[in-house]
Amino acid sequence: MTIATDVPSPCSLDARLSSDGAVLTISIWGRLDTYTTGRLCREALEKLLQSKPTHLVIDASGIVYCDGAGIAFLLSLQQRLTSTGGDVTIRGLHEEFRRLLEVYGSVSIEPAAGRHRESFSLIERIGQATLGTWQELRMLVAFVGELAVTFLHAARHPRVIRWRDAWVTAERAGIDALPITALLGFLLGLILAFQSAIPMSRFGAEIFIANVVGVSMLREMGPLMTAIVLAGRSGSAFAAELGTMKVREEIDALTTMGLDPVRFLVLPRLLAVVTMAPFLAVFANLFGLMGGALAMRSLGFPLVTFVNQVLTAVKVGDLVGGLCKTFVYGIVVAGIGCLRGLQTGSDGSAVGQSTTSAMVSGIVLIGIVEAIFSIVFYALGL
Amino acid sequence: MAPERTRDQIIIDVQHVTAGYDSVAVIEDISFEIYRGEVFGILGGSGSGKSTLLKHMIGLYQPVTGRILIHGEDIVTAEGEERTKILRGIGVMYQMGALFGSMTLLENVRLPLEEYTDLPPDAMNLIARMKLKLVGLEPFVDLMPAELSGGMQKRAAIARAMALDPQILFLDEPSAGLDPITSAELDKLILSLAANLRVTFVVVTHELPSIYTIVDRVIMLDERVKKIVATGRPQELRDRSTNPWVRQFFHRDVAMASGG
Repeated sequence: MTIATDVPSPCSLDARLSSDGAVLTISIWGRLDTYTTGRLCREALEKLLQSKPTHLVIDASGIVYCDGAGIAFLLSLQQRLTSTGGDVTIRGLHEEFRRLLEVYGSVSIEPAAGRHRESFSLIERIGQATLGTWQELRMLVAFVGELAVTFLHAARHPRVIRWRDAWVTAERAGIDALPITALLGFLLGLILAFQSAIPMSRFGAEIFIANVVGVSMLREMGPLMTAIVLAGRSGSAFAAELGTMKVREEIDALTTMGLDPVRFLVLPRLLAVVTMAPFLAVFANLFGLMGGALAMRSLGFPLVTFVNQVLTAVKVGDLVGGLCKTFVYGIVVAGIGCLRGLQTGSDGSAVGQSTTSAMVSGIVLIGIVEAIFSIVFYALGL
Repeated sequence: MAPERTRDQIIIDVQHVTAGYDSVAVIEDISFEIYRGEVFGILGGSGSGKSTLLKHMIGLYQPVTGRILIHGEDIVTAEGEERTKILRGIGVMYQMGALFGSMTLLENVRLPLEEYTDLPPDAMNLIARMKLKLVGLEPFVDLMPAELSGGMQKRAAIARAMALDPQILFLDEPSAGLDPITSAELDKLILSLAANLRVTFVVVTHELPSIYTIVDRVIMLDERVKKIVATGRPQELRDRSTNPWVRQFFHRDVAMASGG
């Protein structure tokens, strides 16, 4: 509402209670707009609560300006009184503002804003969570199946793979990730060496720090750290990329063009990550050993001693086993990143949710795969 | 005949504005006034600078030269509290609605009230519901924007733009992407708001049915000369303009522009 006025006066209120306490008269002066109504609203409601009248008279003749907030204020007083069986008379309201009152009409005040949230018992919540996990698992299995079928088809017809996309993704997920992987590998080797130095020194067995670093890096830490770097860099990036495409209906466009999104988008990314992951793990291992070597050097052992000790401790099976794990981690990270991207909803925040979910799910699945490998390796005596 | 207007009725005064992107001028030295209470149209073909002009008028971009006075205050040079005061007095509906996807409709409309006023929560809810009722969306207050149709999103965007009772509402392509019935409903809503709330509307559009229905006065921009090529009531421009491009626009005739 925009009634032009030059009166800059703030609004004010005067409340008078009748002798029998049944009638409360509120007189209002000045501008009743979005910025001035808040204080007045609190004052008026306070008076109402104190006096509990059965009849409210609002003298509005002093109002020089009134907008939607002012009308909301008048309506809220009216509704508060009528809800308790009282009634309201508005006197002297300028014709322009009375028309505004009619335009907005009566709108009921509902106590709660926001979406209605049902409350569930603990059992119901456990049931819902179980159902959600089951559905999630089914979806994952279906996606793995679809991916396997597409992969087998692509293996028979390599020309259907978009090699250009795979190459570009390999560069981003592999070569670009090299510095961070090398740095983390180096630090991890250094940390492992220094952490094991204290207990080893108690037994005069510092020489075996090289064994700890070598075996840990090649079997577990190198592949695991590579997988986490991949989940953080590439898995979340895939989810964001595909999620944005989903929001922009590009994936729908692919489908309507008869192009399978899994073949077109997922397969190149999966191949790129699966190919690059073992290479990254080799670099992580190498730099981890360098970190360990530096730590050993600082403890007074020559480099040749470290190398000889590592060579005696580490078997080819440790390296191969670690690289096998990395290969599987690559499938998990790329697959879950792409799946979360394809599952993205249609609103703006959905891409963010998919990205977070890709990262979290990726790390959880890496943990599960790691546990499975540990059991299998133990059973095989590796 | 259009009623006589006086200088003190001017609510927006655009003076000699040259604007564009990256040193490429899209509009050059244009001036016009918008009067209180009118529905004003900015027309032109694609690329003529309609949306660019609108973005400069709402202070998103700075023009290369010129002044844009809103209520007599220059939005180009205003800073700090002065600029905030000008911006509080205007509401904008963007082409795609630009509703916040993570909030319900009620929360979208409440947001400006929460940020700029000290109203009690109940009063904010009531105002938000009033605005949504005004645009016919009161039953959907608890829905998320993604759950609404395009037309409903645009109406909700108008409700949010009106949350602080601005005196001026800028609408960027309100009919774009809507079917004719929804578009006509939106036109009806704009007319009703203009008549009942006396809001001044600045509408960027090139939808002819909407122009004839809602717009009181227009300016027409032409990308070839980068200037205003016509000003007036749309029906008059359609029937009396001698400018070939203006006639082509209103009569949707490709041959006219070349004088054919």
